[in-house]
Amino acid sequence: MKKLIVLSLAGVLAVGTLAGCTKIEKPEDTKAAAEETDNAGSTEAEKTGSDTTEVVETSASAETAASAKKENSGEVVVYNWGEYLDPDVIDLFEEETGIKVVYEEFETNEIMYPKVAAGAISYDVICPSDYMIQKMIENNLLQELNYENIPNIENIDEEYLKWSEEFDPGNKYSVPYCWGTVGILYNTSMVDEPVESWDILWDEKYKDNILMQDSVRDAMMVSLKKLGYSMNTTSEEEVAAATDALIEEKPLVQAYVIDQVRDKMIGEEAALGVIYSGEAIYTQRENENLEYVIPKEGSNLWIDSWVIPKNAQNKENAEAFINFLCRADIALKNFEYITYSTPNKAARDLIEDEEIKNSTIAFPTSDMLANCETYQFLGDDTDEMYNNYWNKVKAS
Amino acid sequence: MKKACSRIYMFLIFVLLYAPILTLIVLSFNASKTRAKWGGWSVKWYISLFENSAIMDALYNTLIIAVLSATIATLLGLTAALSLNQMRKRRRTLIMGIINIPMLNAEIVTGISLMLVFIALGNFMTNFGYTIQFGFWTVLIGHITFNLPYVVLSIMPKLKQINFSTYEAALDLGASHALAFRKVILPDIMPGVLSGFLLAFTLSLDDFVITHFVKGPGFETLSTKIYTEVRKGIKPEMYALSTLLFISVLVLLLIVNVKPKEKKKQAV
Amino acid sequence: MIKKKKLLSGPYLVWTVAFIVIPLLLIVYYGFTNEAGSLTLENIMNMGTPENMKALWLALLLSLISTVLCLILAYPLAMILSNTKANATGLIVMIFIIPMWMNFLLRTLAWQTLLEKNGVINIALKFLGLPSLNIINTPYAIVLGMVYNFLPFMLLPIYNSLIKIDRNVINAAKDLGANEFQTFCKITFPLSLPGVISGITMVFVPSLTTFVISDLLGGSKILLIGNVIEQKFKQGSNWNTGSGLSLVLMLFILVSMAIMQKYDKDGEGAAF
Repeated sequence: MKKLIVLSLAGVLAVGTLAGCTKIEKPEDTKAAAEETDNAGSTEAEKTGSDTTEVVETSASAETAASAKKENSGEVVVYNWGEYLDPDVIDLFEEETGIKVVYEEFETNEIMYPKVAAGAISYDVICPSDYMIQKMIENNLLQELNYENIPNIENIDEEYLKWSEEFDPGNKYSVPYCWGTVGILYNTSMVDEPVESWDILWDEKYKDNILMQDSVRDAMMVSLKKLGYSMNTTSEEEVAAATDALIEEKPLVQAYVIDQVRDKMIGEEAALGVIYSGEAIYTQRENENLEYVIPKEGSNLWIDSWVIPKNAQNKENAEAFINFLCRADIALKNFEYITYSTPNKAARDLIEDEEIKNSTIAFPTSDMLANCETYQFLGDDTDEMYNNYWNKVKAS
Repeated sequence: MKKACSRIYMFLIFVLLYAPILTLIVLSFNASKTRAKWGGWSVKWYISLFENSAIMDALYNTLIIAVLSATIATLLGLTAALSLNQMRKRRRTLIMGIINIPMLNAEIVTGISLMLVFIALGNFMTNFGYTIQFGFWTVLIGHITFNLPYVVLSIMPKLKQINFSTYEAALDLGASHALAFRKVILPDIMPGVLSGFLLAFTLSLDDFVITHFVKGPGFETLSTKIYTEVRKGIKPEMYALSTLLFISVLVLLLIVNVKPKEKKKQAV
Repeated sequence: MIKKKKLLSGPYLVWTVAFIVIPLLLIVYYGFTNEAGSLTLENIMNMGTPENMKALWLALLLSLISTVLCLILAYPLAMILSNTKANATGLIVMIFIIPMWMNFLLRTLAWQTLLEKNGVINIALKFLGLPSLNIINTPYAIVLGMVYNFLPFMLLPIYNSLIKIDRNVINAAKDLGANEFQTFCKITFPLSLPGVISGITMVFVPSLTTFVISDLLGGSKILLIGNVIEQKFKQGSNWNTGSGLSLVLMLFILVSMAIMQKYDKDGEGAAF
């Protein structure tokens, strides 16, 4: 009896560990998967009674995938921010191109980076932010784009391509996807005075009513800008001064949060919050008392762009995907879903709601952006310094 | 009096445990998309839940990983506990120490260290024309590994309380090892085995950190899905799904617990 | 017999070596080297900085408080449950376990909704004309989160060892003139000790290393050692320092377990 247990366990183990590694070309698996999608699809089709064409298409593409070699497997592995793409867009892309989208999401640039750098998984197309793209270029993780496959690049406003040169000289590696600013969101029923400077976040009056960003660069940016320094400073003195200011502010802060600023501001938990401009449009829809401002000292102007990592298995599919996202109607659909500003001028022209089209939150004028900068990758040592000083703030 | 006190005490802990759950259930009926605002009652999230294939896939993955990892960890943990119990103390302490490592370590370390091993193994296997795909199997192995100490910890106290002379007596009386084990030892340690399984299952359902590091693209469990959603606010469909899961577990439990009673009545 | 027992240990030995020992060795390797790959003690010494010491101290304090609270809450409950009629216990025990089947992150987020300034509890208190409760984003909320999340881990093992106690032993003690308190001190508690030790381990360790609870309920204002390590890996992608710090943390846990072992005189403890 016990021997049996041992044997069966050893069996389970063997199967478990061996099956973990699949031979590179193993058509049975993909076929089984195709059958599965077929089955799933057909039950769905029975329910809705209209999806039949799609079912045929997916199973067909899966079968071609099974017979084809690795280089041309008809899929594209996308690694994107959470909730940063309208799910319908994926369906449309699959329908039009027959390329299957494998979609994964990340929360922060810092979580994404080690996963890509480790090379355990070969993603085909990723959407990091400006300074992280620079870091990835410097660490030789990206490959150059072939713009012949991305003709829709002409829809992207020249201005944003110029900004992108700050972190990607010559626009060789990245195509802008979303952009925005960081500013103060405040509740007009709780704040009487006009908000125009970061200084208000140091005002005793709003003790326990302030929400700060919980990430090194964003928090330091607020403090550095308030003190009149560059947010890309490499001077330890300036960072230390910014740290002291943040420690001084800490007793007034209700919480350090990332995206929960949104819910907390809607629920009127706090009077002031540091927030990304894309979230501001959404929060205003939910709570009319909220107002967004870019402080006069300047702020962070950020761009998230699509890049293709060195170890991508399906480069052409990745480029087809980027090209698809640059199409005006698709970019518009995305903009309406995620409410982050689009660099796609053709899409902006298509916006019907005049209020949003001319919204200074979504599309700030250039004088509002006068003092804004884009984050730069400051090198690993400076990064480490920033992290250490930020830890001092958090531990105080 | 004493009974009333214990009733009240149980009720208070009950409230503590269920207050957040009730909150989630109420939120699932909130017509507004954000948890911060009450937009009136609505069941629309329940309808859109079933149209959301990403959430349904994540649910399927979560359940299958939980069942498999709990089962395998329980079997593995049972054999481990049995043989540990026979060992001399020094050796036992050493091996228990090793088994406990995933529990003692910060989850993030366990997750990252497993990821490193899978990468190293993958590099090694490439020489033979194989690749390691991060996904189902790596997550399953990760979950079994961190479930193991909890299973062993649940079974060991039971084994300690067993008087092995009963087992030997059974052998002396002519029972085979298997029979003696099944009739003497197993019934005594069964509560420990079951609670070990239950713990493992629960932990697997809940795990986020380790899964996050050993999963591959396109493979999502509910936890990893929820965590990515924290960035933009939890989708109300998630509340709806949790409510449904909770209610189905509750119903299942009631059915399981009511049935034996009926049988007893019939027998009487 | 003995041979068979040895055979039995085969599969999990293979498992532990492949997925526990080797990964740990990798962490030790990272902990004792710098990015260039040369040997250094810097990562270990990093724990000595005032910020990290404070985070470690706070984590130890909060997890200790949570463990004690869990024990105080769970032990009486386990006793009540173990005294309930046999056919109902299964159900009742399950009732205290199923909350765990709602996702951990969602449950903790729900506490936010409950505790916030304009949260459910404060609205109720206001309605009753009582003063408001302001514990969100303080260490109290973190302790609450820990107790809430890990209580079942304390309850289950204690309950398991309690139902195992032979009623006759307790009755014998009573027949011999021991009062309830004496019976508890001399019989029930010592016999349930293995369960208590298991429970303490299962609560203390995860609360010492958690970073999610302090993030969600502490408003990220309170830095625990788990947060520090998580930040090293996540923000700085600094695996070397992160590994070094987690090695020190492991040492702390091992030491506290060893102390516990002392109290568990007969080596009956289930912790190790």
